[in-house]
Amino acid sequence: MTLLDIHNLALSIHGTPVLKGISLDVAPGEVCGVIGESGSGKSLTALSAMQLLPEGSDCSGRITVAGRDVLSMREAEICRMRGADIGMVFQEPMTALNPVQTIGHQVAETILIHEGTSRSEAMSRAAETLARCELPQSRFPLDRYPQELSGGQRQRVVIAIAIALGPKLLIADEPTTALDVTTQAEILSLLRRLVEEDAMGLMLISHDLAVVTGLADDVVIMKDGEVVERRAARTLHRDMTHPYTKALFEASGHQPDRTESRIEEPLLKVESVSRDYLLPRRSFLGAHPKMRAVDDVRFEIRRGECVGLVGESGCGKSTLTRAILGLDPVQEGRITLDGQDVFAEPDVRRKMQVVFQDPFGSFNPRHRVARLVSEPFHRLNRAATADEVDEALTSVGLAPEDKQKYIHEFSGGQRQRIAIARALIIRPELIILDEAVSALDVSIRAQILDLLADLSVTYGLTYLFITHDLTVVRSIADRILVMHAGRIVEQGTTDEVFEAPRDAYTRRLLDAAPKLPV
Amino acid sequence: MTEEALFRAALRSRNLVVGNLLAAAFAIGALLSLFWTPYDVTELAIATRLQAPSAIHWFGTDHFGRDILSMIMVGAQTSIAVAIVAVGIGMGVGVPLGLAAAARRGSLLDETIMRGNDLVFAFPSLLIAIMITTVFGPSALNAIIAIGIFNIPVFARLTRGAALPIWTRDYILSARVSGKGPVRISVEHILPNVTNLLIVQGTIQFSLGILAEAALSYVGLGVQPPTPSWGRMLADSQTLIAIAPHMAMFPGFAILLTVLGLNLAGDGLRDLLDPRIRNAPP
Repeated sequence: MTLLDIHNLALSIHGTPVLKGISLDVAPGEVCGVIGESGSGKSLTALSAMQLLPEGSDCSGRITVAGRDVLSMREAEICRMRGADIGMVFQEPMTALNPVQTIGHQVAETILIHEGTSRSEAMSRAAETLARCELPQSRFPLDRYPQELSGGQRQRVVIAIAIALGPKLLIADEPTTALDVTTQAEILSLLRRLVEEDAMGLMLISHDLAVVTGLADDVVIMKDGEVVERRAARTLHRDMTHPYTKALFEASGHQPDRTESRIEEPLLKVESVSRDYLLPRRSFLGAHPKMRAVDDVRFEIRRGECVGLVGESGCGKSTLTRAILGLDPVQEGRITLDGQDVFAEPDVRRKMQVVFQDPFGSFNPRHRVARLVSEPFHRLNRAATADEVDEALTSVGLAPEDKQKYIHEFSGGQRQRIAIARALIIRPELIILDEAVSALDVSIRAQILDLLADLSVTYGLTYLFITHDLTVVRSIADRILVMHAGRIVEQGTTDEVFEAPRDAYTRRLLDAAPKLPV
Repeated sequence: MTEEALFRAALRSRNLVVGNLLAAAFAIGALLSLFWTPYDVTELAIATRLQAPSAIHWFGTDHFGRDILSMIMVGAQTSIAVAIVAVGIGMGVGVPLGLAAAARRGSLLDETIMRGNDLVFAFPSLLIAIMITTVFGPSALNAIIAIGIFNIPVFARLTRGAALPIWTRDYILSARVSGKGPVRISVEHILPNVTNLLIVQGTIQFSLGILAEAALSYVGLGVQPPTPSWGRMLADSQTLIAIAPHMAMFPGFAILLTVLGLNLAGDGLRDLLDPRIRNAPP
């Protein structure tokens, strides 16, 4: 018997069709992976099963959960079903938990609502559930608040809430997208263990082929609100027939063509740089304790190189970026670009630019593209000419007419192109790419990587590519620096680091990274 | 959103349309009174005093025989002028202070500005007004200054609060990479992104300004006779409320409807300018 059976589901929101004829099923103990890029309708499919759809939605077709028809249920029945029969894990563990309630309270709440047990019993069951999710009472008492936990620990609490009532079906929507690679591996193995122990069905939604194929039994691939292909995960890479699936695979392992144009002349030199942060005082008159975010970091980037700086969140890579850009002072050490100190001679900063991760937060929503793109000209104390704006836009594959538009008229990939145009317009020598492709879908990411490779040849650019994603740096970087707890723990050419990592931390990173079957 | 779409959305918002119509009615009355009023408000006509509303005097007359409709029209001038200048002072001083505090968050400057705000906030507005008028004597100008000072911390705090999250955005970092300093970033990037909030708060402070002016005039610290003012008309009517209730009713309604209209308009503007609320179904 199948647990979740979706048959010919169609959904329209305010009259716009969003899902067209979706069919999929999940059996007990089975992991069904749903893969798709943003806008493919994968989350809405999951929300349909729980009837948590936005206003103005119109669902047709058939959805049964454990043999019961969801679409004909009354609201009260659906409420009983949510949590008790279906548990849900969300992407963002920061916002899925209520910051003013303790974790024990939040887990116990589900039990109290559905089973009407006494508070103390609910709390003791919450403790058991948290322990099952590897948050033992000895180290994580029930009265902790979410902000006292790390991202991975929070996600365990979210999972504990989802499985507290022993649901038959668990829906996990991008459960590890917001997490670091090593944490991601832990959460995935936790999910796998829970599914096996409780013989739950798991619907795992993700944009990441490697994550899904590593965990799922069956894989469903969605595009534009339709299921384009369904295969066994283990043999997907051999059996796939649909061109979109093949394109996804190709994009995930995409290697942009790069011609090496390295010159043995250092462009950026970071010499034993350290940066301390002052933490809040512990007592009224006490001194501020210090936190060393960047600790004795030294490396060189040669002209024309693409260097990848890899590290997990909190390792100090953002602090280092800001120091290189000359935005925050350092306590020790020297950073020079083209022989000039970035702090003592701020003029040299015109030779570097930066592209950020978030294609939505990187632009002032109230300015037109022409103004956004020409902002770096402030450094040159003159305005950009129309030709310069046109050329920058053309060089990243946009049309000169686009300069009259506002940023919200562009997609995520186009915005990232605009960010690159902005970085490129004053012809810098070094571009720092701070997680510049992490928020993009794989197919768009492949295009942007190609664009970056082309531009580096055309304009003789040097890249410092900062990311947590090993697969991305592998495809584009010549050399790799691995950063951990404020220090560079390993550096070497890409092949050296990937084939023969010397540092224990690098090996852990590499092991944790989900891999595509070859 | 284009201007046209914004305009159409504005027409759909009931709050905004009703609020604007109410506010516009008083603005038109005030403008008209600059050139013409039904009767001269400085002319006393004791013979026709305390008349109830009629075809000749629509809103009746007061205890000196002055036409109440004319007085309300001229009073609207006072109210609007006081409120505009007071909001202007509040914004003109408060917004730059708030921007500066946000640009140098956590610094001594920030602390000084915000603690100064707290100090002003700690005094009730009426108390400040009484203080100022006791020192400098009651007049319209002093009322304006008193209300304006009370508006400064409102705008400073609002601006700082709204600016802080914008300072953490990547486009600010990117502007800093382009070498822009805090003043330039505040003007180019922060200010345009907090304008919506400021407009909405401005509308609400405007209505509070009208209330404050009425309150000051009521206790005799605002506009001085013979210039008519809604607050003083209320004060005058107090002893006569049993024989001439219309004397209290019409200025009372004038205050009520203007403040209501401006608050509705402020609410409507907030809904219209906030994309999160705007896109939600009504």
